[in-house]
Amino acid sequence: MRAAIKNQDFDFPIKRITLNLAPADIKKEGPHFDFPIALGILAATEQVPASALEGYAIVGELSLDGRVRPINGILPMAIEVKQKALKGIVVPLENAEEAAVIKGIEVIGVKSLKEAVEYFKGEFKPDDIASKVQDAFSLDFEGDFSEVKGQEVIKRALEIAAAGHHNLIMVGPPGSGKTMIAKRIPTILPSMTFEESLELTKIYSIAGLLAGKSSLIKTRPFRAPHHSITPVGLVGGGRIPRPGEVSLAHHGVLFLDELPEFSKEILELLREPLEEGKITISRMNATVTYPASFMLVAAMNPCPCGYFQDPFHECSCPPHKVHSYLSKISGPLLDRIDMQVGVLPVAFSDLEKVNSTDSATIRNRVELARKLQLMRYKGQNIFYNSQLTPAMVNKYCKLGKAEKLLMKEAFEKLKLSARAHNKILKVARTIADLDQSENIKEIHLAEALQFRNLDKYFQYLKV
Amino acid sequence: MAELELLVALNMIPYLGPVRIRGLLNCFNTYSDFMNATRERLLSVPEVTPKICDIILEFRKKVNPFDEIERIKKLGAKIITIEDEEYPRLLAEIYDPPVVLYVLGEASVLNMESIAIVGTRKPTSYGQKIAEQIAGELAEFNINVVSGMARGIDSFAHKGALKAGGPTTAVLGCGIDVVYPLENHELMKKIVKKGCVITSFPANSKPLPSNFPARNRIISGMTRGTLVVEAAEKSGALITADFALEQGRDVFAVPGSVFSPYSRGTHKLIKQGAKLVECANDILEELNLRKNDSAEIKEPDLTLEESEVLDMIDYTPVNIEFIVQKTNKPPGEINAVITRLQLKNMITLLPGGYVMKI
Ligand SMILES: Nc1ncnc2c1ncn2[C@@H]1O[C@H](COP(=O)(O)OP(=O)(O)OP(=O)(O)O)[C@@H](O)[C@H]1O
Ligand SMILES: [Mg+2]
Repeated sequence: MRAAIKNQDFDFPIKRITLNLAPADIKKEGPHFDFPIALGILAATEQVPASALEGYAIVGELSLDGRVRPINGILPMAIEVKQKALKGIVVPLENAEEAAVIKGIEVIGVKSLKEAVEYFKGEFKPDDIASKVQDAFSLDFEGDFSEVKGQEVIKRALEIAAAGHHNLIMVGPPGSGKTMIAKRIPTILPSMTFEESLELTKIYSIAGLLAGKSSLIKTRPFRAPHHSITPVGLVGGGRIPRPGEVSLAHHGVLFLDELPEFSKEILELLREPLEEGKITISRMNATVTYPASFMLVAAMNPCPCGYFQDPFHECSCPPHKVHSYLSKISGPLLDRIDMQVGVLPVAFSDLEKVNSTDSATIRNRVELARKLQLMRYKGQNIFYNSQLTPAMVNKYCKLGKAEKLLMKEAFEKLKLSARAHNKILKVARTIADLDQSENIKEIHLAEALQFRNLDKYFQYLKV
Repeated sequence: MAELELLVALNMIPYLGPVRIRGLLNCFNTYSDFMNATRERLLSVPEVTPKICDIILEFRKKVNPFDEIERIKKLGAKIITIEDEEYPRLLAEIYDPPVVLYVLGEASVLNMESIAIVGTRKPTSYGQKIAEQIAGELAEFNINVVSGMARGIDSFAHKGALKAGGPTTAVLGCGIDVVYPLENHELMKKIVKKGCVITSFPANSKPLPSNFPARNRIISGMTRGTLVVEAAEKSGALITADFALEQGRDVFAVPGSVFSPYSRGTHKLIKQGAKLVECANDILEELNLRKNDSAEIKEPDLTLEESEVLDMIDYTPVNIEFIVQKTNKPPGEINAVITRLQLKNMITLLPGGYVMKI
């Protein structure tokens, strides 16, 4: 710091310096303290008027030559400045646009310690950052559903999942298009509210993933970690705790391809975020909580070779191998997945002629169904049908006489497990919402009963 | 009339098959006579080679028929010999019938008219369905359904018979006190209640792969005919069918899809002359057992939409996507119709998302 101050033609005091970082009981970490400390020293030695600094937050990393370098996590700090009703925030120039996303505070972007001092002396006029703030930007996504030929049945399932924020698992033989389909899910997700955008952008800011982008993220994220991911990579952690994949997927999709390939340990870690919508990372002397409310989408083969119970291919797996493969995902994880869909390869001789709905068409319907839910659940601390508690299911998924009869018959004849009951009702609620229907009708329920395909495989295991 | 202890003891000595045992029984009547026989006397039996003689000398002291009989009694099972009334008559007629059978359950079913149903351990849902159905129909005609209690078709055959309230017999490739496969524990209990579980292997025998040919011989040997439901090209079920032919019994086969690997074995049998079977009646007719031609088909009432969809579904699996594309209807509607057709018992949904008529 001495070098930085001297290199900017200021005097470094030849005195004892006492630095008080309050509060004392929180461990201070990160490089963003040296710039404010340097300004503090200059104020204490009257090289800059101390009164001018009052009411400003100052963040940034100082290099040896006195230049101010950008840091991660600016957005949450700017939000804090606004909440504390401070005047403004002095930030590294490269971070200025990110901070300026927050309206109603003064954002001063500086290149060097000197510029900051000049600003407080009234000798430097910073750029007008607010006018430069870009429109919200989109994360990059691959493709469109129109490229997936046919597969209207699966697209419909994903439409329902996206509309009600239901966790979903796809099961099918190799090459049936599971991965291709999953990658296009972001293209049908509804837009985010301002609060959702802000929350998500904060996480990306802390993770240092805004990469020069200087505004709010407007599209929902899609994260697809490989099955070799570490626990820290998944849930977050490290010395300066970085958000993990579950948080980077906040308000969006966490896609786990080849689900049974993930270790039991990793799958177990998903339990907290799936239940709570957030993740708590414990470290030596503190815990950090990051939001982690995502829609889980998983894909898998029904067995190691992929052809268990396939009517047209012989399965080469011994029964016990199939058993251990499938049992890896049974239990608590499966309990949190509302929809199970089978994916079969499309085998039409003329793929060009099949109907293939595009993403925009689906997304429009999803948006409408989302709006209905937001209205219905206003002030109840939930947003989507998938979040309904058992008590809420009783209240919002009421069935008429005919529907009750259908449900009873289905449970008797289709060998459904008791666990499936509420999931079917929640999914039926979403189907009714997509149909803009106040009540769950028979046709909605009849459709909802089709999303139990993985259970079918489990049924065959018992014999 | 040979002593029970002698029969049990001979059956417990390894490498002594039914044919060698029959040879020994021509020379020995009592257990003590056999135990005291010299090497020379044993060798005078034409079926006994020097090597077999060594085995007999080694094992006749190790096996204890008294303990075995006591043990079986404690299990609530019993041992019947080839000379007993209860021994299955048809089995006694084959070239190499086992001299003793261990029986748990109702031994009287062993002399009812019996049909064997066998097939792959990994059936398709079509195979499961049809095995269960035909077994049920046979049971309704009071025919004892015999199978091997293995995974797959065997289990479904037993279940079908039990569901129809009929008798069924499971022939094991292990000791009567060994449950294999383990998951069939409950099924075994049910079979014992309604019919019986039998084996030619001494108590505590493990289900060694080498035991299964002998087991399969009993299955085909104690029945009038063997029905094969789904068998891949090289399948144990085809071996049972071969035994049936050797023993002069009938072989029946259920056809399947030309595309299904699990129908290759059954189609091969049909090409070789096995009778093609669609329902129990086809078997009963062939065996002049009893006929029933008043099989009435109920027409359930379907909506227009339901019949339209049903028309596109066949007895081979079809992808629901195909129906959506052909009808040009929203997939949600088609899925709802599929549920209704399922509940009306017109179609079945397979893992993965195929549907098929039933
Ligand atoms: N409906 C479809 N329309 C267009 N292309 C398709 C379709 N289905 C599959 N494909 C093609 O097949 C390839 C394989 O599909 P994909 O990798 O998604 O299968 P998968 O189900 O994930 O298989 P695996 O189980 O082996 O991971 C895709 O990259 C795509 O080129
Ligand atoms: Mg894949």
